[in-house]
Formats: sequence, C-alpha cells, structure tokens
Amino acid sequence: MELSGGEIFVQCLKDEGIEHIFGYPGGAVLHIYDALYRQDDIKHFLTRHEQGAVHAADGYARATGKPGVALLTSGPGATNGVTGIATAYMDSIPMVVFTGQVPTPFIGSDAFQEVDTIGITRPCVKHNFLVKDVRDMATIIKKAFYIATSGRPGPVVVDIPKDTTDPGIKIPYEYPKSIKLRSYNPVKRGHLGQIKKAVDLMLSAKRPIVYSGGGVVTGDGSKELAQLIKATGFPITSTLMGLGAYPASDSQFLGMLGMHGTYEANMGMHECDVLIAIGARFDDRVTGKIKDFCPDASIIHIDIDPASISKNVRVDIPIVGPVKRVLADMVKVVKERRDKQSADEALVPWWKAIEAWRKKDCLKYKQKGNTIKPQFAIETLHKVTGGNAYVTSDVGQHQMWTAQFYGFDQPRHWLNSGGLGTMGFGLPAAMGAKVAYPDADVVCVTGDGSIQMNIQELATCMHYGLPLKILLLNNGYLGMVRQWQEFFYEKRYSQVHVEAQPDFVKLAEAYGHVGMRIEKASELESAMVEAFAMKDRLVLMNVITEPGENVYPMIVAGKGHHEMEMSPESELS
Amino acid sequence: MRHIISLLMENEAGALSRVAGLFSARGYNIESLTVAPTEDPTLSRMTLVTRGSDEIIEQITKQLHKLIEVVKLTDLSEGVHIEREMMLIKVKAEGDQREEVKRLVDIFRGCIIDVTDTSYIIEMTGDGDKLDAFVRAVHEDLIVEVVRTGPSGIARGAKGLAL
Repeated sequence: MELSGGEIFVQCLKDEGIEHIFGYPGGAVLHIYDALYRQDDIKHFLTRHEQGAVHAADGYARATGKPGVALLTSGPGATNGVTGIATAYMDSIPMVVFTGQVPTPFIGSDAFQEVDTIGITRPCVKHNFLVKDVRDMATIIKKAFYIATSGRPGPVVVDIPKDTTDPGIKIPYEYPKSIKLRSYNPVKRGHLGQIKKAVDLMLSAKRPIVYSGGGVVTGDGSKELAQLIKATGFPITSTLMGLGAYPASDSQFLGMLGMHGTYEANMGMHECDVLIAIGARFDDRVTGKIKDFCPDASIIHIDIDPASISKNVRVDIPIVGPVKRVLADMVKVVKERRDKQSADEALVPWWKAIEAWRKKDCLKYKQKGNTIKPQFAIETLHKVTGGNAYVTSDVGQHQMWTAQFYGFDQPRHWLNSGGLGTMGFGLPAAMGAKVAYPDADVVCVTGDGSIQMNIQELATCMHYGLPLKILLLNNGYLGMVRQWQEFFYEKRYSQVHVEAQPDFVKLAEAYGHVGMRIEKASELESAMVEAFAMKDRLVLMNVITEPGENVYPMIVAGKGHHEMEMSPESELS
Repeated sequence: MRHIISLLMENEAGALSRVAGLFSARGYNIESLTVAPTEDPTLSRMTLVTRGSDEIIEQITKQLHKLIEVVKLTDLSEGVHIEREMMLIKVKAEGDQREEVKRLVDIFRGCIIDVTDTSYIIEMTGDGDKLDAFVRAVHEDLIVEVVRTGPSGIARGAKGLAL
C-alpha cells in the first residue's frame, strides 16, 4: 500500500484503534485534514479553541483509559495547546498531541506560524518527536502511543512538518506491530521480596492507613485495591486524584486527605504507625508541612515511577511496579500470612480512635434559609444522578466541594485538573467524556470564574450534539482566592469580585442550549431533576450560591495534618 | 557533594537539550557536561559533573534515567574511577618567560602545540586539580585564554558501561 504522509497519519490512527480525535485545522496541517476528509472511520471534533481540543482529548482519556488524541496546527495552534499538555503531564494522562510544523526547509527561519514546538513542550511532555522524514512517520506514531500509554503514562507530542505530509509523495506503508526501545523498559511487576517485606510491616502495624492516589485510577488497580482493603481491614484515604478508586460509600473509607481533607483522614495520617502509599506522589497539597508529615510512621510506597519514590518524603520500603500487579501480589501474600481473628482484634483500638474523629462530622454545614449552600448543591447533584455521573470540574472552591460531597464510588468518574490546577478544564473535559460515553450522565461542575475560561466550547457541544450538563456554582467571586484573602490578607479582596457577569441563561441560549437560573434551595432538586431529564439537551444550571462560603476543613500552607482549621458549623470549631 | 555521572544515550537531536532542560527545570546544579558519540554511532556518552545532597543526587539520577533517550547511567563517584579533563591554554611567551613556561609545561607533562614569537598554546590533560594547579602556576598576566573540556570519566576495572 503506497500512501502519502497525510494518509499515513490517518492510517496509523486507524491501526492504533483510535476512533475519536479533537482538533483545529490550520495551514501546516491542511494535508492531514484533507486525508481526514477522505475517510469515515475516525471522527474528528472541531473545538472552538486548541486548549479545548487538548482538554477534551484529556477528558476522553481519563474517562476511558484509552489514549486521547488531539490535532493542532503549528505556531499559535501549538502554543494554545500547551496548557492542555501541561495539565495532562501533571496528572499522568495518556495522550498523543499532533502538531503541524512549517516545512522542514523553513524550520528555524522564523517562518509564518513557526514556533519551536519541540522546545516549548519539552518540559511538559513525557516525550516528543519531530518527524523529519515521511519514512519515519509510522514508526514515530507507534512509538508515541507506546510511550504515552505504558509505564507512568503521559502526553507525547509529535510535531509534523508540512512537507512530510505532501500528497505528492507516496511511500509504502506498514504500521509496526510492536515496538521495543532499548532505552525505555517500564517495569512489569514489583519485586516480590519487597512486597513480602511490606506485608510483614503492614501486618505488624497497630495504626495502619492506606493513602491511595491517582495512580490507582490510571493503573486500573481499583479492584485489587478493594481486595487489599478488605483483606487487611485497614482504613483508607485518597488524594483528590484518586477519588473513586475506592468506593466513598464504604465504611473503611475516611474521605479525602490533605489541605481540604477530612478530619478523620488527616488525623489518621498524623497518628498512623505504618503508611501504605499507593500510586500517590506526596504532593505538597497532601503532605502539608513535610517535617510534621506522619511523624511516627514507617512508609511503604508503591509506584510505577522510581523517581516518585523518596522525592518529597523518604520512604522505608519502596516497591516499583504497576499498582494493579503489585496489589494483586500483595493480596496473595496478605491472605497467606494474616491471621484474621487476631489481626482484626489488634485493629480495634485504632478503629475506635478513627470513629471518634469521624463523629466530629468535619464536613458539616447548615442549609438554612433559601440561599443555596454550594455543599448542598453538590449533595443534591449526587442524589439526582444517583452518584453515577461522570463529573468534571474546573479549579477552585467548587472543585473541592465536589471532591468532598459527591462521594465517588467508581474510578474514572471524577475528572479534574489536580496537579496543574487548570481553570477552563471542566467543560472541554466533559465533552471528551460525553463523546466516549454518549448515554451516560456527564456533568461539569464549575464556577463563575472558571466557566468563562473555555465558554466558547458551548458551540462545540451544539455542533456535535453533546448534551452534557453544567452545574455552575455562581458566587460572584473567584472564591478560592477570595477565601485566601479573607484568611491571610485581612479581607483585602483584591481582584476577586467578578463583576459584569454575563447573563449565563441567555448565554447558554445564544449557543442554542438550555439555561436555568436557580436561586432558591427549595427549588434546587426539582430544577436539577428537570435538567437531567432533558437527555438530548445541554443544560446550564446557573445556581446562585452563598457568596461568602468557605471550604473546610483547611490546612493552612506550612502546617501539619493535625492543625486543621474547622468550619464554624463543625463540632470542633 | 560533588558527583560525576556517566550516561549512555541515544545519539539523537534534542537529547542533549533534554538533559540540560531537566537540570534547569528542576533547579539542579550542573558544573560541567561533555558529550560525544561512542564507537557505536547511535550512542552518545555523556559525563556530567553536579553537586548536591544525597537526596538531590538520587533524584537527579532517577530523573535522568526517566528521560526516554537515556539508555544507561552510572554515578561514577560511587566507586573508584578515573577522571580526565583536557585544557588548551594560550599564554604569552616572550624573553625569559619562554624558557620558564616551557619548563613548567614539562613538569606538568603537557605539550606545546603551537608557537609564535610571542606565545605558546599548551595542551594538557589530567584531573581538574592538576589543571587548576597549572593555571595557578602560570603568572596570571601571561594567560591569554583558557579552554577546558570539563571532565570525562570512566570506572576502573574490567567492567564497562555498555549495552
């Protein structure tokens, strides 16, 4: 089969099993878009901004576990995509982003729409490639997907100069069946000796706790994690990124930990004697002050990436390997070595302490009067969607409330920018999830600040009929920044009041969607039921919420897990 | 602590900038860096000198290893090893100084590889301390320019860093 570079590109995607891509055309990718036009297997979604395309591919990848694919043009197309690439990089999302480039003879000449895409993206990709010869195209694309999806996943950029896609140059095509790189060999399983050592330490623990992260979601280790938790009887807490990997409704789950984690989770961390970190990376939002982090604990750390181990916190027993496999091996050893009755008994005092912390009800809030509390809005969302929706979020207070109050029971249902904290992520990510699961409820929880960062994607949703739901918690503020200014800057509210808001209902309608304004707590549930009943319409619910509400508990930067600030409504305040 | 890290990497465009970029992005020190292809033209050998606490060095080696193009890596400072650096130094050489400088070059076992009426170019190899000592021994007014490669290193013994 003789194909041009543009056709090779398309054929590679087909051979890789790619069905959906998100992109935006331009001069450097005209040949590729022409090749896309002449086929029906791959469906292309034209977003309204390149950032939207990359976030949509990212959301698709998070929801499905399959690699997301975006296609952008050179220059501004590529630079607009950088925020999306960096977002995926920080959260280890498998994604391949193709960027057009000026023809090879023009590279370096400051040509029209030329930018050093390889140089600009280098610090925020797992790897990147420049296709200098059409004969390398198929191998590079194969390598790109292999690298993006194996080991610790991440985004890979493939920069394609226009002349390598020239329709006039046809070469024989063959897609490599497999690829081997001598310099890249991700670990396939954990060291059994280390696993046995870890289990011995776990079974000797009096106050153990499992701290599970996004790696369990990315590594599809939820089932094995649940087996471990049931086999050991240990309490488990999760990072923001790990929510859903273990069911929130289970009694052994203590809620999220860290800066806005629960009292029981953070106290559990502070008091534990053995910490089992699984697919988590000891982020500063999780650890708080490093010196006060789990002061009495011996630490076991399971991670696919050796560089994550002992990066921020020294660990005692590292296990490098894919979480799914390591956990499966671990469960086997636990079952061999654990004497159920005596081990359960040994944990009784620990669970007693945890239950006492739990009784403090740290997430308590009072929905009084008719002004809607954001927490109440999220709880209502959970009720109306049966806890089964794919929920994306932007960044800020609404993100934390969703994490605290939605109660995720399934992995890959909570899609948010945890590492980079990218406002504008939620709507395009929800599009990606909706493309992947057209029959599921997909809802973007957002704020009046964040939604305006990629609002143009409402047009994409109309164009392709993506009837997702938007729950806009509108408090008229950049709420999280306002909260910090209230706490740490003596209420000097600098540039956080979002004045001149658009009429969000009319805005939704202008894009052809349904808009709702919801102001009363008494009307919230029925309005939400109505919105979700409109299966084939995108509905933007503009929910006017209590403007001064804060996210609690909160660990102030530089403090330890035991030094949480509690909500005025909590028993602890 | 000073560490000398030796690595084998794919001889590809951009590989060097990935290494350099890693150091600047993560705020690591880089004292010197030398790189050239090996007997296998698809592989480059790099020697990198850096400083940091044990934790930092551990992170540096892990992060370097994580780069897709890095094939193998070793911290030479963990065992006995040999370091050599080459220096080209141009000095003024006039009158009495001509003999004086030549004697000094002989003592340090360097060689003079270019001569004019008024100058020498001296080639010298050794570890960094030796080259430092030579530079100190030559009167600073005589030095026109100093070009140093930065150290290359290799572990002692029969075992090598190879595929």
